Amino acid sequence: MSHRRVAVVGAGMTKFVRFAKETPGELAYQAGKMALESCEMDISQIDSVSIGSAPDAFDGFHMKGEMLAEPSGGWRKPVMRNYVGGGTGVMSIIHGWQHVASGLFDTCLVVCEEKMSSAFPHPAGAFLTIFDHTTEQPIKPTLLWIFAIEMNRFMHVHGYKKEEIALVAVKNKKNALDHPAAQLGAEITVKDVLNSEIMAWPVNRLDVSPTSDGAVAIVLAAEHIARRVTEKPVWVDGVGWTLDSAYWCTRDLYYPDYVEVAARKAYEMAGIKEPSKEIHIAEPYDPFTYKELHHLEGLMLCPRGGSVKMLLDGVTQRNGNLPVCPSGGLLGVGNPISAAGLMKVAEIFWQLRGEAGKRQVPGNPKCGVAQAWGDLMQVGTVVVMRN
Amino acid sequence: MTISNKQMTKEMIEKTVTSLSREDVIGNKVITSKWEPKLQYAWDNGPAIGRYLAELKNGKLIAKKCRKCNRIMIPPRMFCELCWRPTDEWVYVKDSGTVNTFVISHVDWKAGRLDIKGGVRPFTPAVIEIDGASEGMGILHMIDEIDPQKIKIGMKVKAIWKKPAEREGAITDILYFKPR
Ligand SMILES: [Zn+2]
Repeated sequence: MSHRRVAVVGAGMTKFVRFAKETPGELAYQAGKMALESCEMDISQIDSVSIGSAPDAFDGFHMKGEMLAEPSGGWRKPVMRNYVGGGTGVMSIIHGWQHVASGLFDTCLVVCEEKMSSAFPHPAGAFLTIFDHTTEQPIKPTLLWIFAIEMNRFMHVHGYKKEEIALVAVKNKKNALDHPAAQLGAEITVKDVLNSEIMAWPVNRLDVSPTSDGAVAIVLAAEHIARRVTEKPVWVDGVGWTLDSAYWCTRDLYYPDYVEVAARKAYEMAGIKEPSKEIHIAEPYDPFTYKELHHLEGLMLCPRGGSVKMLLDGVTQRNGNLPVCPSGGLLGVGNPISAAGLMKVAEIFWQLRGEAGKRQVPGNPKCGVAQAWGDLMQVGTVVVMRN
Repeated sequence: MTISNKQMTKEMIEKTVTSLSREDVIGNKVITSKWEPKLQYAWDNGPAIGRYLAELKNGKLIAKKCRKCNRIMIPPRMFCELCWRPTDEWVYVKDSGTVNTFVISHVDWKAGRLDIKGGVRPFTPAVIEIDGASEGMGILHMIDEIDPQKIKIGMKVKAIWKKPAEREGAITDILYFKPR
């Protein structure tokens, strides 16, 4: 396969909060503006725009892509919006990558925005309509259930304990204390997680990321532009994405096959043969505590059933051998759905440039992976980046 | 040629958002415009789920088989998503199965809290692998008539149906599954 080399050259984001006064468009504009300023580029230098935003039901406004196009700098430019549930954020850089890698455009501004707070009494209600309208909706499922259902299966198959998995929340919320945009950075203990309100056993409140408003943007450029714009381009060396079956009750949920399929594609493109040795830093999708572990296994960064050991051994701490979610993840920074996924890409960008401030992992990491997940537990989106 | 190295600072980030409280929004301390949609839909269910619903009304579960991969699939479907070819014969399966995984939920679909302390039984939804369908073929349904703490993965369960006259051709014609 022949394609052009593509780099991330800039990134920006808003603070993540529970209720933002700003409109979705204003959030998108803030992030896009900061991303362009970070690489001293102007909107006139942007050839195309890739927008990610989750269900229109959050906003109660259809054609969200159209609403976000101008705030994202897309006036009279080729604009594309995608939505694959929680996988959207990483899908958006993949779309942008295609724009530039294909040779169609030299630059692309990727903007992901989410404003969940407009939906009442709780945005969770908007998720009812992702389930099959005839065979599942009458049971009145909530998104929490499918996570709890998956977590229970994951724990059952591997013999993981809740008190082990809770360490993910402890780690990520602590990491988030060092993130200037974080909504929920905190020093907590395993006991705090176990004693927090039961939402849907095995999921307690502190196992769950918050609902959030926020936006993130990155700037992509073809090699000849990237080298002019910055001394420190971060190369998008591999991308992969896949969709598993929507018949989610038919798949054994203990293992995310779709993440493995997407990761294999991304690793192959990046020439990675031994992911756990060649990848130095990872931002797997962590909307729930167990999800970080589930995805580490799917990303083949540890053996199946080996993620808890890695966590207990401190490997995934910011100063461990494979720092995982050094940003603070969705559990700590927040979870404005699509923006949260792109936040992970931005974190890898900053980490590989040595610009992550207090969050900087030691040892000059050279290669990172960001991954997101979504829809009916069926989407895997993976991107491999190198400096 | 510009070489940039502008790092994101706390000050830059703080300026991006005005953080409100729930009271600001609900109590109209900031001006909000509100809309409560009352949309209605009538969903046609096609030949596969249409037959599934008709059989539920009869107190039966029906699946469909793909002769290529030999899977007996529930809910039934007109095409096999793996082989991407039309499915073949209809196959009745049992109204019993095995708990593949489950939840003890203290919240409803809107994240509203159930009054557990007031004695409300938590919702206990589960993926139930249906006997007679291919291994691992599950459906989402509720479990009841058991202490939620005693539900186990691997537990055998059977469907409890609405009375025939009360059935309407819906997945809720099965009230729940209970241990057998
Ligand atoms: Zn088949």
